[in-house]
Amino acid sequence: MGGTETDIPLLVDGKRNDGRTIDQMRPVKIEAGVLERADGSAYVELGETHAIAAVYGPKEMHPRHALIPNKGVLKVRYSMLPFSVGDRKRPGPDRRSREIAKVTREAFESVVLLDKYPRSAIEIDINIMQADAGTRVVGLTAASVALADAGIAMTDLISSCASGKIEDTVVLDLNGLEDNCGQADVPIAMTGKGEQIALMQMDGLMTKEELNQAMEYAVTGCKELHKAQVDALRRRYQ
Amino acid sequence: MSVQIIPTLAKKATRALIKSGKRSDGRAFDQMRPVKITVGDYKRAEGSATCWLGKTMVAAGIKIGVGTPYPDSPNVGVLSSNAELVPAADPQFQAGPPKEEAIELARVVDRGIRESKCIELEKLCITPGEETRMVYIDSYVMDNDGNYMDAASIAAITALHNTVIEDFGPLPITKKPIANTFIKVGSDILLDPCLEEEYVADARLTISVEENNNVCAMQKAGSGSWTKDEVLKCVDLAITRAAETRKKVEDALAAFGKEPAPAQPSAGKM
Repeated sequence: MGGTETDIPLLVDGKRNDGRTIDQMRPVKIEAGVLERADGSAYVELGETHAIAAVYGPKEMHPRHALIPNKGVLKVRYSMLPFSVGDRKRPGPDRRSREIAKVTREAFESVVLLDKYPRSAIEIDINIMQADAGTRVVGLTAASVALADAGIAMTDLISSCASGKIEDTVVLDLNGLEDNCGQADVPIAMTGKGEQIALMQMDGLMTKEELNQAMEYAVTGCKELHKAQVDALRRRYQ
Repeated sequence: MSVQIIPTLAKKATRALIKSGKRSDGRAFDQMRPVKITVGDYKRAEGSATCWLGKTMVAAGIKIGVGTPYPDSPNVGVLSSNAELVPAADPQFQAGPPKEEAIELARVVDRGIRESKCIELEKLCITPGEETRMVYIDSYVMDNDGNYMDAASIAAITALHNTVIEDFGPLPITKKPIANTFIKVGSDILLDPCLEEEYVADARLTISVEENNNVCAMQKAGSGSWTKDEVLKCVDLAITRAAETRKKVEDALAAFGKEPAPAQPSAGKM
């Protein structure tokens, strides 16, 4: 966790620095099919965090030696644009983006029907255009819509948001300031029916009760996102 | 970039269409696709813009850093240009270290801006020989339907004019160099090629023009060749079209407001 000191009060009378209540998500905007060339694409805004995800496939697997004869392979690239953060990020993959790509890929492996795509690859490309905490969950939410937009067979959509802890209080969906100065951050991804956790990470300190609360908030947050994802896909194909 | 497989029939059809004096989207050979520019889209950047040329989309962001000036120009700020062809933009764009196309793009965008001397880099120096502000231009091709070169050049110059440096003020920038790209298909010359036209191009030529109609950068690409007269003809058209595009850049900047909001403080890691 950030643990950075701030003079800005993070929580006053149940209100956060951006005016939200503790269990309120930032405004969500989702649009499906935003790119021309990709097989599927989506744009997601969660407050000031913005991501564009694209999906290609099923397509021929490269390199050939990595193909799996009886099922498809998911490939995920997660990238923050150099101008998406305060201090310019050096272009190219770093350890953090590789880890995020890995856990994102594994989250989707739990819903994508890879058995339907033997010897093939499905590529997911996540680009963070603007970052204000929660980039992996916004990227994942966008990628899920992009997969559906590309017509990839899945058992369910995945929705993702984070809970966290500020001023000894569990809250839903940390913003950048809360992430930097808070006590814990718990990004979670859930299947649409809200029963299965497909991604979970945690850093900071929380009691078991707080963790339980964090997961409960995340479930409600993911449900709200799921609805927005379905709405975006309906708009796209109306 | 891996080999693009375009059916021979499709290529033949495109070439035949061009030979008959037509383009698939109905444009004249000297006509650009619709240009759309939005300004200040990415709030973590000190300046930003997005440019659409038809369906081609390029996002450009400016970041300001602090670093050491080059030893041979100790009192001059540093300008650095980077570009990426992200996989989202085109099935042919692969993840991984920048390929030569992305490097060429970054360098052509850089040349147009650098050689027009539009940025007063001397004003960005903090302590000569020791410390200067660094200007980073990052151009990201997000959707590729051909001619990302011009879209990136327009996005980058707009983003630079949108840039406000913390504790300093607006980036000291004067001119607006604009790139115009032509392709040659047989004996025909086409401005602002879309992707299917790029696939059948014999040669490409990018010409950057600044306000007083000076040419400030050029790049020939492709295995075909140009005659001197063809080049001069392209320069004439580039001057006309650059003036029109420059007006669109100015309109977009004016619509955003003369005083862009300064970049927000770092959100740090996510």
